[in-house]
Amino acid sequence: MMPVVLAVTAVIFSLAAGGAIIRIARGPSLLDRVLAADVLLAILGGALCVDMAVNRHLNNLMLVVAISIIGFIGSVTVARFVADRRVNPHES
Amino acid sequence: MNPDFSGGDAWIDLASAVFMVVGALLSLGAAIGLLRFPDLMSRMHAATKPQVLGLFLLLAAIGLQMRTWWVWPVLAVAWIFQLLTVPVSAHMVGRAGYRTKHLHRELLAADELEAVVQKAAAEAARRDNHDDGENHQ
Repeated sequence: MMPVVLAVTAVIFSLAAGGAIIRIARGPSLLDRVLAADVLLAILGGALCVDMAVNRHLNNLMLVVAISIIGFIGSVTVARFVADRRVNPHES
Repeated sequence: MNPDFSGGDAWIDLASAVFMVVGALLSLGAAIGLLRFPDLMSRMHAATKPQVLGLFLLLAAIGLQMRTWWVWPVLAVAWIFQLLTVPVSAHMVGRAGYRTKHLHRELLAADELEAVVQKAAAEAARRDNHDDGENHQ
């Protein structure tokens, strides 16, 4: 059963990563691209989790945690950058 | 040896297979939502699915496949860490999106930030006028 699950999840994750990459390329604003990059990182972490579950090892667990840290720091940093580029802070 | 044990094993395998496929489908749903939703706020709604529930399902699949008890606390720590960081980054991205007006106002059901922003702007304007008055004296 596990090879079938691996093939099915590989196809689904590939389609999902393709959609996220299309949104990164097309995204009208910087924040859309940041959000899509975050989703791409989540998809990568999910693929690592499936690899660990199918092959029954835990080598990638720290990598999954590190990926969540990187996604967090990346989106917070870019969000601050965007917020500080306003011309007049008292508008909006 | 014991057919009961092998039957239980098969059921655990089936459960983890279902978890993995559903977790992958949540990622696909997030990608479809990113492609089809009209503005940043609704895309943020779709993007959170694989980050929280998808990761939970996949970590549970790992725990079921490993067949040991000590791995569950490690997986719980990984998931709780994700659960703590995702709302903070979503808050920051949402605020930045609101401030840079990357939203379709006609799609909002409620805008609770509007009153806060108006109040803060009025406060800042009042303070600026007050400071100007003091400087002129």
